[in-house]
Amino acid sequence: MGSKYDVLVIGGGNAALCAAISARRGGASVLVLEGAPKFYRGGNTRHTRNMRCAHDAATEILTGPYTEEEFWEDLLRVTGGQTDEMLARHMIRESKDILNWIVEQGVRWQPSLGGTLSLGRTNSFFLGGGRAMLNALYLTAERLGVDVAYDAEVTDLEIEDGMFLAARLKRPINGQTEIRATSLVAAAGGFEANIEWLKQYWGEAADNFLIRGTPYNRGSILKILLDKGVQEVGDPTQCHAVAIDARAPKFDGGIITRHDSVVFGIVVNKHAQRFYDEGEDIWPKRYAIWGRLVAAQPDQIAYIIFDSTVVTSFMPTLFPPIAGQTVAELAGKLELDPAALEKTITEFNAAVRPGTFDHTILDDCVTEGITPPKTHWARKIETAPYLAYPVRPGITFTYLGTRVNKEARMLMKDGKPSANMFAAGEIMAGNVLGKGYAAGMGMTIGSVFGRIAGREAAKHARN
Amino acid sequence: MDEADRLMTVCNSCRYCEGLCAVFPAMEMRRAFSDGDLNYLANLCHACGACYVDCQFSPPHEFNVNVPKTLAVARAESYAAYAWPQALSGAFARNGLVISIVAALSMAAFILGFAALNDRSVLFGVHTGPGAFYKLMPHNMMAGLFGAAFLYAVFALFMSVRAFWRDIGPPIDGRADGGSIFQAIRDAGELRYLHGGGVGCYNEDDKPTDRRKRYHHLTFYGFLLCFAATSVATLYHYLLGREAPYPWWDLPVVLGTLGGIGLIVGPIGLFMAKMGRDPALLDETRYGMDVGFIAMLFLTGVTGMLLLVLRETGAMGPLLALHLGAVFALFITMPYGKFVHGIYRFAALVRYAQERRTAA
Repeated sequence: MGSKYDVLVIGGGNAALCAAISARRGGASVLVLEGAPKFYRGGNTRHTRNMRCAHDAATEILTGPYTEEEFWEDLLRVTGGQTDEMLARHMIRESKDILNWIVEQGVRWQPSLGGTLSLGRTNSFFLGGGRAMLNALYLTAERLGVDVAYDAEVTDLEIEDGMFLAARLKRPINGQTEIRATSLVAAAGGFEANIEWLKQYWGEAADNFLIRGTPYNRGSILKILLDKGVQEVGDPTQCHAVAIDARAPKFDGGIITRHDSVVFGIVVNKHAQRFYDEGEDIWPKRYAIWGRLVAAQPDQIAYIIFDSTVVTSFMPTLFPPIAGQTVAELAGKLELDPAALEKTITEFNAAVRPGTFDHTILDDCVTEGITPPKTHWARKIETAPYLAYPVRPGITFTYLGTRVNKEARMLMKDGKPSANMFAAGEIMAGNVLGKGYAAGMGMTIGSVFGRIAGREAAKHARN
Repeated sequence: MDEADRLMTVCNSCRYCEGLCAVFPAMEMRRAFSDGDLNYLANLCHACGACYVDCQFSPPHEFNVNVPKTLAVARAESYAAYAWPQALSGAFARNGLVISIVAALSMAAFILGFAALNDRSVLFGVHTGPGAFYKLMPHNMMAGLFGAAFLYAVFALFMSVRAFWRDIGPPIDGRADGGSIFQAIRDAGELRYLHGGGVGCYNEDDKPTDRRKRYHHLTFYGFLLCFAATSVATLYHYLLGREAPYPWWDLPVVLGTLGGIGLIVGPIGLFMAKMGRDPALLDETRYGMDVGFIAMLFLTGVTGMLLLVLRETGAMGPLLALHLGAVFALFITMPYGKFVHGIYRFAALVRYAQERRTAA
């Protein structure tokens, strides 16, 4: 490893590796500093499985076209308009070429996975999942001559007048604790694993949050950049949160701790009270609100309750459901008040109107006379054993980031573009995603802006 | 088995590996896993290692998901569980030792037998022309002995695979259809699933190569060529009345030579690949079984080739004894060694092809 690189990439996920490869292909010498150990490299990319790219025709792995306009409309809808249209449209246009470019970097596609048919037209899945994708990118980067250091935690950045000079390391690499480079690409993710930071917005409730990714997504680079004059973007209180099994580990439980059973039953809080319409819309459109809903409940815990008739209606789960032969027995195991749970279920069952159940459409199975109502898929919970999953908020990622322009160049607080600092991935996702989410967009942001940031960083280094 | 069951529950709630091989799609067709199901999945696994390298939950992650190793353990246990007769299932426990002892005894028996049957001058004499081998051991004795050993092995394997087939779950009508068998022959013939989902196997690190697949092809097709050589020679003997040894250009010798080269190069390559493999992927307690079988194939190839090269010298007699000893030991240990992996895996591939057809 030389003493000064053309391009320094901080981070080790999809965005970082796309930036490193693109910069290296642009002729730059590149060093990647990944703060995590090798096994945990890649931040949230480890747990991803697909990417949303626009395409004009069906392909071997995509069942039909997904035009730029349709992508834009989806983005507009999920963000409620909180997006930078110029940047978003630029990203969507670039996403078309990413489908091929990423394959040239060794990543392989496959048709959508079992149980994800609703994404078969819009999203391309990585063969073997996100870690397989990362492995391919790392192999390609190393083959091209990109240097990679693990356990390389950056503690400070030397920045003068919007110009990056050097990064300081917690532990030396080849005897050096200071890395100088002509350009910087910050692709180090958000701060979802930084409980103290989350507490600034969520208070003590954040102690009960589970973090779906590794403990290394602490947002330290984001914090340094914002402290040193980079303009911020995105709502700091926003995060992507889903309801995951309360028995999951504090960090890195990943995809397999999720639950898809909400629409098949009811959800109650620790007082055995329902608090939201479980049948509001089809699950792929609603799963991402339940993290916030549970976060708003006392002690940030809730229980999905269903009966034995629906067990095979959803994906098998890592943690088995907790079972009771009677509602009271189940309540006892969940440490809920048995009388309260019996009352809630009895009232719910009494409110269920007859209908024709079909979980693939917005069916006509509704409740009447209870608050909140269950507006679809409402069926009586009456066949023992009674089953439950305890759930807590599972934080996937945060939205606060650094503002960038079309070149992925960071903008300073005075609105001027930085001379040599670029950002890609979750650290700047807030530019495109003000709030909300649609599956696979995080990876699109990472690959598209990673590729652009690497190219522009290399161009700057050459000049 | 408990660990295999736990892993399949983890994998079934993830499914990222679905496109890598046959194991995961087969797993997704089930929600609970009986011992037979797990044995089926274990034998469907070709141990390419891709799902370990690609898994976000493999060690050191606390979920400790190691599918290749867990299925390797289950696979080896399944060999013992279905062995026929069951009294001999213990042969799998210390398989390397058993194979070595049988091989040594078998070769010693042929040497002693040759010495007892023949005069010293015949044993170390130079014999050429048709019928040269039968000066040391009468043809009918040779054919009878090897025919019996071979038939025993086939019968024992048949009984074993029948038990396996019944245990891995009822197919629609209990029988294998032609289309599924044809599909399985293609999948096995090209080692479709020893391929890391398309890039190659994972060996010592996270860089995939096709090395093991190539050496396995050399070994397997080498074995088939040798078997073909023996079959052609048998036909020559009984149909055409032509006695071995045959000239170097004749079909049995050409087939045997090509096969012999495969049986020397292939096992060496497989052995080297095994030694270099990341131990995290392997059931290391079965080293003896794996190496024992590789060694038997290698020994068969080497003694056969030496016999071909030196058949017109005084070394022919002892070499023939060694070669026949090696082949005899290979035959009678087939149902009780690593050889069975091919049989069970083939049966699993047939079942998988059936399941795919039923699901489609």
